[in-house]
Amino acid sequence: MVASLFGRPIYIAETMEQMYLIGIGSLFLVVLTGLFSGQGFAIAFANELSDFGAKDYLGRIMSLAIVRELGPTLTGLMMAARVASGITAEIGAMKSSNQLDAMRSFGIDPIKKIAAPRLITLIVMVPAMTVICDAVAIFGAWLIAIFHAHISSTMYWAAIRERLVFGNIFIGLVKPVVFSLVIAFISCYKGFTSEGGTKGVGQATTDSVVMSSITILITNFVFTKFFFPMLRGYL
Amino acid sequence: MIEFRNIDFGYDEKLVLRDVSFDIDPTESVVIMGPSGSGKSTVLRLILGLECPQRGEIRIDGRNICVMKEKDKQELRKSIGMVFQDGALFDSRTVGENVGYYLIEHTGLSWQEIERRVREMLGFVGLDASEIIDKLPEELSGGMQRRVAIGRALLSTDPKIMLYDEPTTGLDPQSTENVLTLINKLTRERSISTVVVTHQIADALGVAKRFIVIHEGEVAFDGDFVGLRDCRDDRVRNFLGPFRASMDLVAEKKFMNGV
Repeated sequence: MVASLFGRPIYIAETMEQMYLIGIGSLFLVVLTGLFSGQGFAIAFANELSDFGAKDYLGRIMSLAIVRELGPTLTGLMMAARVASGITAEIGAMKSSNQLDAMRSFGIDPIKKIAAPRLITLIVMVPAMTVICDAVAIFGAWLIAIFHAHISSTMYWAAIRERLVFGNIFIGLVKPVVFSLVIAFISCYKGFTSEGGTKGVGQATTDSVVMSSITILITNFVFTKFFFPMLRGYL
Repeated sequence: MIEFRNIDFGYDEKLVLRDVSFDIDPTESVVIMGPSGSGKSTVLRLILGLECPQRGEIRIDGRNICVMKEKDKQELRKSIGMVFQDGALFDSRTVGENVGYYLIEHTGLSWQEIERRVREMLGFVGLDASEIIDKLPEELSGGMQRRVAIGRALLSTDPKIMLYDEPTTGLDPQSTENVLTLINKLTRERSISTVVVTHQIADALGVAKRFIVIHEGEVAFDGDFVGLRDCRDDRVRNFLGPFRASMDLVAEKKFMNGV
């Protein structure tokens, strides 16, 4: 399957269609997730920090937490829930109704035609959605900083800027690329290997979401605990 | 010409076909019959090179498809038209896009030219192009879907062989008649090999003079109508079941009527 993903032909029209369906289609979900998660975490942090008289640090903590952890993970999970299920169900339904075989009988490789455009789309769109989620979450936290914690706007943005260094941004962008690969491979694999008609497709779809979500959470931990500390001297 | 030589095929441990051998000559029409799950459809998938047998060889016009690279198989498939069970139309594409699928994917023809050919093909399979070309497959009846699938197979390839997997299953009598008429028309006008897989005995008699009965993966019968009617093999007799009594009537009506 992996070998079939690379090489010609490249289905540009399908890739553009997926960019729209997966990217634009997920925008509203990602914006809502970022806004309310950012606000929720900001309230919790602001309350806790104010007990120590340290609520001016809210911006620093939010910047770090959102860009390195919350943004990539929440976006990954949301995309896994929305996109992985869709991809697996679509491919599984095509398989059970012989559409994949029909495609092969017309000399078209279904992996190139169906999986490759979705993989490319996810590699582009998951990081892009993560950046949007980060921005909205930071904005949501700013609202809390101003109206709930009564921190000055200037101080909040200065703290945010202070922690938006190359290392944190790099980490915040590497994770979604890895998550996009996780979602693409698991969802396509589950779709192409689904068996047992409608029930089998339903089971494959559930498995796809569960496996993608768990793998994203485990991968996030592994990267944060083991991989990024190794790069500390370089970032 | 299609040659099956001692084919064994199975999924995992379970053998679906056992030592299956037969030849189908160019321009010959053959019906493969048998109960559900007997391995009939697998034969079509093997002819098309969608599966590879564990043992034996399959030759299409003298070329062993079992040892071919995928690219060569794709080339060979251009001479084989396949109508899948239930049509297997691409449900997110319109009828026009389905019928013109191959041309859209593999040729640089303009959409105007593709549409012209699609309309011509829809007319050939007895459908009103202007009425259905922009519809989705789900908006069509079962019979219309099968005819669209036949049109797609014809426009996609320059077939020397046409394969039909249960082309009339689930259709009403009128739609069944239309599809069978179309199959016969194609076989007659284009001088192609036709392989029809079905468990509808009445339909089988209407499209071929040679019958292969597969039972639990083995060829239980291979011969003409008279041989089928008089066959003493219990597997064949059980499959034909109550239909045996009325076979003579069906023969009079359909088979002997020049099919």
